[in-house]
Amino acid sequence: MDVSTDLVSHHHAGHHPHQHDSGHDHHELGWWRKYVFSTDHKVIGIQYLITGLIFLLLGFTLMMLMRWQLAFPGRSLPLIGNLLERAVGPGAMPDGRMTPDFYNSLGAMHGTIMIFLGIVPVAFAAFGNFVVPLQIGAPDMTFPKINMASYWAFFVGGIVMLVSFFVPGGAAKGGWTSYTPLSVITDKGGIHHWFFNGQTLWLVGFILLITSSLLGAVNFITTIIQLRAKGLTWMRLPFFVWAQLVTAFLLLLAFPPLEAAIVMQLMDRIGATSFFMPTGLVVNGAAVAISGGGSPILWQHLFWFLGHPEVYVLILPGMGIVAEIIANNTRKPLWGYKSLVFAALVLGFLSFIVWAHHMWLTGMGSVVSAFFQTTTLIISIPSVIILSAFFISLWGGSIRFNTPMLFATAFLPMFGIGGLTGIPLSFNSADLYLHDTYYVIAHFHYIVAPGTIFALFAGIYYWFPKATGRRMNEFWGKVHFWPSLICMNVIFLPMFLQGMLSMHRRWYDGGQGWNIANEKVWGLSGFQWNVPISAAAWVMGLAQIPFIINFFWSIKRGEKVNDNPWQATTLEWAAPSPPPHGNFAVTPVAHRGPYEYSLPGRERDFTMQNEPIRDSDREAYAAAAAAHH
Amino acid sequence: MDIPYTTTARPDTGLWNAKIGIWLFLASEVMLFGGLFSAYVFLRLDALPGYWPHGLLNVPVGTMNTAILIGSSVTVVLAWAALKMRQFNRYKIYMGITILCGIIFLAVKLAYEWPDKFQHFGAYIRQDRLEKYEEYLGNHHMLERGLEPRVEITGHLHNHDALHDPNIHEYEVQLDQVNAAPTDPASDRPHFWPLPKSQKIAVIEKADVEHAEMFVPKHNTFFATYFTITGLHGLHVLGGVIVFTYFWLPIGANLYKRNPEHLANRVEVAGLFWHFVDLVWIFVFPLFYLL
Ligand code: HEM
Ligand SMILES: [Cu+2]
Repeated sequence: MDVSTDLVSHHHAGHHPHQHDSGHDHHELGWWRKYVFSTDHKVIGIQYLITGLIFLLLGFTLMMLMRWQLAFPGRSLPLIGNLLERAVGPGAMPDGRMTPDFYNSLGAMHGTIMIFLGIVPVAFAAFGNFVVPLQIGAPDMTFPKINMASYWAFFVGGIVMLVSFFVPGGAAKGGWTSYTPLSVITDKGGIHHWFFNGQTLWLVGFILLITSSLLGAVNFITTIIQLRAKGLTWMRLPFFVWAQLVTAFLLLLAFPPLEAAIVMQLMDRIGATSFFMPTGLVVNGAAVAISGGGSPILWQHLFWFLGHPEVYVLILPGMGIVAEIIANNTRKPLWGYKSLVFAALVLGFLSFIVWAHHMWLTGMGSVVSAFFQTTTLIISIPSVIILSAFFISLWGGSIRFNTPMLFATAFLPMFGIGGLTGIPLSFNSADLYLHDTYYVIAHFHYIVAPGTIFALFAGIYYWFPKATGRRMNEFWGKVHFWPSLICMNVIFLPMFLQGMLSMHRRWYDGGQGWNIANEKVWGLSGFQWNVPISAAAWVMGLAQIPFIINFFWSIKRGEKVNDNPWQATTLEWAAPSPPPHGNFAVTPVAHRGPYEYSLPGRERDFTMQNEPIRDSDREAYAAAAAAHH
Repeated sequence: MDIPYTTTARPDTGLWNAKIGIWLFLASEVMLFGGLFSAYVFLRLDALPGYWPHGLLNVPVGTMNTAILIGSSVTVVLAWAALKMRQFNRYKIYMGITILCGIIFLAVKLAYEWPDKFQHFGAYIRQDRLEKYEEYLGNHHMLERGLEPRVEITGHLHNHDALHDPNIHEYEVQLDQVNAAPTDPASDRPHFWPLPKSQKIAVIEKADVEHAEMFVPKHNTFFATYFTITGLHGLHVLGGVIVFTYFWLPIGANLYKRNPEHLANRVEVAGLFWHFVDLVWIFVFPLFYLL
C-alpha cells in the first residue's frame, strides 16, 4: 500500500521523533501490523473480503457434493469420494458413497458457512469496512482496535467451524437452524468427545461469530454517527451507508437473544440441563435421564428472533451496493432517495416482529398467527418500495452496461422473484403445504444467491479500482456474469416445482424413494429434476473460475485507472486509489447530496459531493423544485 | 492519524465516540439478558403445577448482595465525579471501594451461595406416588388452601452414594422444614429468614422418584435458569472488576497525568456498564429470590 506524497509530507511536518503521543500512529509499521494485525479499516475490509470469499467457495463446494447425492443417490462419487473418506472419514463416504450423517453435516454446514461465514462477512463487514468510512469522509473507524478484534473473532470462529469437520463424528448435523431437541441429543456418546464434537463446536464457533458481529455493529454505528465529514448531513448520506447502518442495528439487537439461546443449548448439551428438552423425551426407545420441563419451541422463537432480521442483514447491504451502482451507471439521481431511506428504516424495524412466520407449524394459535401474518405482509411493502425505486431509476437512463451494472441489474428481477414467492409462505394456510419443501429453498435462494451474491459481485467489480488502483477485466467479467445468471435460474426455478410436488428439503435420497417425488412436471419427475439442477450447479462452479483468475490477475495486471474511474459522485472516489492510511489527503467537506448526476449547467455529467455549490447549481435546484410543484 | 472525537464531543451530536459505543453495547446487552429472561418467563409459564420451586434461595444473603451492588453503583459515580473535579486521591478511594464491592459480591456468590445449593438435595416424586409421601408433602392441606401441590421433597442427603450407586434403592433425606411439617400454616409460604433443617429423616424409594439430584443446573429448569443467568451476570461483574482495577492501578491510572479528562471519560463509560450490571441484578433478585 503506497502512501500519497501529499499525506507523507503533511505527516512529517508535524512529527517530532521525541514526542510520540499515544494517539499518533507509528510510521514504520511492520509487515505483520500492516497486513495481518492491522487496525486500518481498508485492510480489515479486504481481510474480511478474502476470508469471506474463501468461505463462500467452501460452502458452495459442500453444496456441489450434496448435489451429487441428490441427483444420483447412493452412487459412488468417483475419485473425490474416496479422497473425502480419507480426509474427514471414517464413515463419511465409504467407497465414495455419501452416508446420511455426512449428508446432514454437509447440509448444516453449507447453510451455516454461506450465511454466517460468507455473506454476512462480505456484505456487511467487508464492504462496510472498506467503503463506509470512505463514503462518509472519515479517516478510519471510531474504534480501530475493536475493529481488528472483530475480524479475529470471526476468523477464529470460522476455524472452529472448520475444525468440526475433522473431529470424530464429523460436523454438526442439525441444519443451520439447529432445532432442539435434535441438536441436543445429536453428536453425543460413543465415538464423540464431550466437547470436541460437531454440534458443540458449532455452538462455540457461533459465540465467536456473534461476538465479531457485535463488535462490528457497535463500530459501524458509532462511526456513521460521529465521523461523517463536515456538511455530510443525514440526508446526504449515500444509500449504501443507510443500508449498512440499518444492518448494523439488526445485528446489534437481534444476535444477542440467539447468543442467549446458544448458551442455553450449550448448557443442555454439556450441563445436561433441560432448557429445550421436554418432559418425557424418549430417544431410541429409552427415556432420556433429564429433568425435562423445557421447551423446544423456545429455541425456535429465539432462533428466528435472530433468523428473520438476519435475512435482512443478508439483503440490505446488497440493496445498498445495487443503489450505488445503478445511480452511477444510469447517470441519473437515484429515484426516490427519501422513500428508499424511509423504507430501509421501516424494514429494519418491522423485521423484529415477523419472526414467527417461520413457525406456522408449531401450532401457535390463530391470534398469534394472525398477528404475524399481518406483520409479514406489511413488511413486503418497504421491500416493494425499494425494488420499485430501483426499477424506476433505470427508466430513461442512458445505461452503461459494464460488469458491475450487469450484476446489479440482474439483482432486481432475481430479488423480485425471491420476494414475491415469499408472499404465499406468509399465509399459514399455504405454508402448511409448502413449509420445509424445496419451494422454501428456492424462495430464499433467489434472494440470497442470484440476489445478494450478485450484488456482492457487482460491488467487488465496482470498488476494485478503489482498493487497487486497477480495474478488473471487462471481458472476463462478462464471461463470469452470463453463465452465472443462467445457471442460477436453472438451479433454482425447478426447485419451485419440486417444492410444489411436496419434496422435502432434507430428503437424503433426492426423493427417489417417495411416490410424490415421482410425479411428472414439465416432462421430468420431481426426482429427475435433480439432474439438470445438479449439472447447473457444477457448471456454475466452473463459471466462477474466470472471476477468481480475473480478481488475482487484475490486482497486479489490471488496467490502471485514475481515482474516479466510474465518474462517480460519492466521497470514496475523492480519495486516492488505493487510499493511504488515514484515507484522504485533504479532509473532505460535503456540499451536496450523493447522486448529483447530470446536473444541469455542469460541464461534466457528475458532480462530486465535495464540489462547492455554484450559481448554476442553485438555478438547477430551483428549476427542479419548480418542476415538482 | 488521529480519530476525531475520542475525548471531546462532536458539536452536532454532543457526544464523544466511546459514549455512543457503550450505549450501543448496552443495548445489545439488554437484548442478551432479555433473551435469557424471556426464557425464564417461557419456562416458568410452561411449568406444570408445583414444578416451579419457591423459597429455595437465601433471601437475606441476596438482599445483602443487592445492597452491595447498589452501593458500588453510587461509589463509581463518586469516583467519576472526583476525577471531574481533579481530586485524584478521592478517585482512588471511591474506585477502591467499588472494586471491593464487586469482589465481595462475587465471593458471596461463588464461595457461599452456589456451593450451598450444591449441598442441597431434592427428589421429584412420581405423580402416581404422591399420595404415599403425603406426610412430607401435605397436598390435601395445599388443596384445601387453594395452593399449588408439592411434588418435590428437599433436604440434606445423608447417603450421598445413592446418587450414583444403582445398588442403593432409596434416598435418606434430612428434611427441610417445609417437608417436615408440610401442613403447618407457616410452611405455606417461603420465609425471609431461611429456617434451619429439621431433624426428621425421610426414606424415599428410588422407584417412586421421577428425578432426583443435588441443586445443580440440571436439577430443574429453575436452577438451570438461575445458574445460567447468575453465572453470566457474575462474568459481567468480573469483567467490570477487571476493568476498574486496570483504571485503579498505576498502569491505567497514569493516564490521569497526561489527560485527566480521558481517564474520566473511561471511568464514565465503564461506570455506565457497571450500572447496567447492577440493573440486571435488580431483575435477577426479585425474579429468583422473591417471586
Ligand atoms: C419480502 C417478503 C418476504 C416474505 C413475505 C417472506 C416470507 C417467508 C416465510 C413465511 C418463510 C417461512 C417459510 C417456511 O419455512 O415454511 C420464509 C423463509 C425464508 N426466507 Fe423469506 N420472506 C421474504 C423475504 C425474504 C428476504 C428478503 C430474505 C433474505 C435473504 C428471505 C430469506 C428467507 C430464508 C433464509 C428463509 C428460510 C429459512 C429456513 O427455514 O431455513 N426472505 N420467508
Ligand atoms: Cu422470515
